[in-house]
Amino acid sequence: MVSPIAWRIATVGAIRDETASVRTYTLQLPDWPGHEPGQHVDLRLTAEDGYSVERSYSIASEPERTGEVDITVERIPDGEVSAFLHDVVVAGDRLEVRGPIGGYFVWDVPLGGPLFLVAGGSGVVPLMAIVRHRQRTGSTVPTRLLFSSRNAEDIIYRDELDGLALAGDGFEVIHTLTRSRPAGWTGYDRRIDDRMLAEVLEPLGAGARCYICGPTALVEVAANALVRLGLPADRVRTERFGPTGT
Amino acid sequence: MTDRFVTRGFVGRRNPTGPGDIAERVPPGQYLTNDFPVLSAGPTPRTPLDRWSFTIRGLVREPVTWTWDQLMTLPDREWTVDISCVTKWTHLDMRWRGVSLDTLLEHVELEPSAAFVIAFCDGGYTTNLPLGDVLNGQAFVAWEYDGKPLAPEHGGPARLVVPARYFWKSAKWVRGLSLLDRDQPGFWESLGYHNRGDQWLEERYSGD
Amino acid sequence: MIDHSDDPAVDRELDGNALAGMLEAMFGSDMTAVPGRCAHCATINMVGAMRVYMRGPGAILRCPACDEVVLRVVETDDATYVDARGIAYLRFERR
Repeated sequence: MVSPIAWRIATVGAIRDETASVRTYTLQLPDWPGHEPGQHVDLRLTAEDGYSVERSYSIASEPERTGEVDITVERIPDGEVSAFLHDVVVAGDRLEVRGPIGGYFVWDVPLGGPLFLVAGGSGVVPLMAIVRHRQRTGSTVPTRLLFSSRNAEDIIYRDELDGLALAGDGFEVIHTLTRSRPAGWTGYDRRIDDRMLAEVLEPLGAGARCYICGPTALVEVAANALVRLGLPADRVRTERFGPTGT
Repeated sequence: MTDRFVTRGFVGRRNPTGPGDIAERVPPGQYLTNDFPVLSAGPTPRTPLDRWSFTIRGLVREPVTWTWDQLMTLPDREWTVDISCVTKWTHLDMRWRGVSLDTLLEHVELEPSAAFVIAFCDGGYTTNLPLGDVLNGQAFVAWEYDGKPLAPEHGGPARLVVPARYFWKSAKWVRGLSLLDRDQPGFWESLGYHNRGDQWLEERYSGD
Repeated sequence: MIDHSDDPAVDRELDGNALAGMLEAMFGSDMTAVPGRCAHCATINMVGAMRVYMRGPGAILRCPACDEVVLRVVETDDATYVDARGIAYLRFERR
């Protein structure tokens, strides 16, 4: 079996548009050892002359899907790797991948809940692996996802999240839109702050396990607020992403 | 050139160096940019000007300290220089305003044994240079870039600039210089980077 | 591998998760869930929760409590240098 730290070659399967600037790539890896929700892979791109770059991408898919992993990538203007993935990569291409990586920002059903997930923009990706894993196992752990996006059109996985929230198994999504709202919007309309976190956390209680992922500023605000609200620091797990999201 | 797996269609963002006369100005292994990338090893320090000072100390007869207001009374000038960072970007014709290290050093009397400087900075960063590399117009303390006050993420209120060396020697948030009789490797020089850092000799790593 | 580019998609301040692959390659197992004690202020945090600055000549891991340097990593063309003086200890749980 290939060790998790070794580089393997993945074949790009399906490519799917999530929003105008966000795409999901299915990476087929027949020898994939499996992963935990929240872990990521490292991707390595190498040019003919040996120049290479690496980036980390959270695994969006649940471990119950074997032999392949999904990564969801926002196209950042001038982003060296994201632009390459969006503009050049097609199904059938092969990419070097290493993983699964990470042991701090992970959750699986045996860890229990309640579960409070806080996402900013593409920070939702690792949390989606958690949500999908929860759904696949039939868990009814009370779970709330507070999800900050710029505009309604930017909400990644929107339809799937709406569907999961209607299942009645204890999962809820609370959106906040920071830049513009569609007509008739009754949800939150501002950046995540202490008051919003307290309101959304309240039904879950101070025993909740929290996972926060997004741009550094959002993660700082949320993590500090949750600790101030009395959650133990080791139950507030964070992952700082790039400058994407709100 | 590599026995590694090559990714179809990937060439990276590096820009070609351009027409001949421009290419000559780009040191080996570098690519041209018009950006001013922000690179850092820690959070951006933010010292208010009324608490800021610059000190020359160490192997000098008497240490000297300038407050911000005092620094502003020194004769300043503009420099337009090419800058190269060891992370491979080069930006030509960057325009700075500040005071030459020659001017600052005029205010101290060096001990005969003073042969090296180490620049010290808010946030704890240090970098070392032989004294000879910072005299005769080769180094300055800059507080303006491109006609505007130097932004904190670029080292403001003031940074060292040593154009003939990789940009890690141009210490951000500089607060002074210590004069020493022996070389003392700074933050990056003590962990694998070249002690001298001449970009034309491609002195990136120790052992280069 | 430390990214040296000025890629705007890589934020200036990340956390230990961003170094997870490199640290695992170095230490042989996941390091992000390993608690480490800061040599400067003695606060204990998991590596995944420490601040990482990796846009630059190297990667710098800092204590989230006191901001001092916990770990420095430089990749030259043929070697990786690690300065771990900022770590008082790492605690590897045995099961």
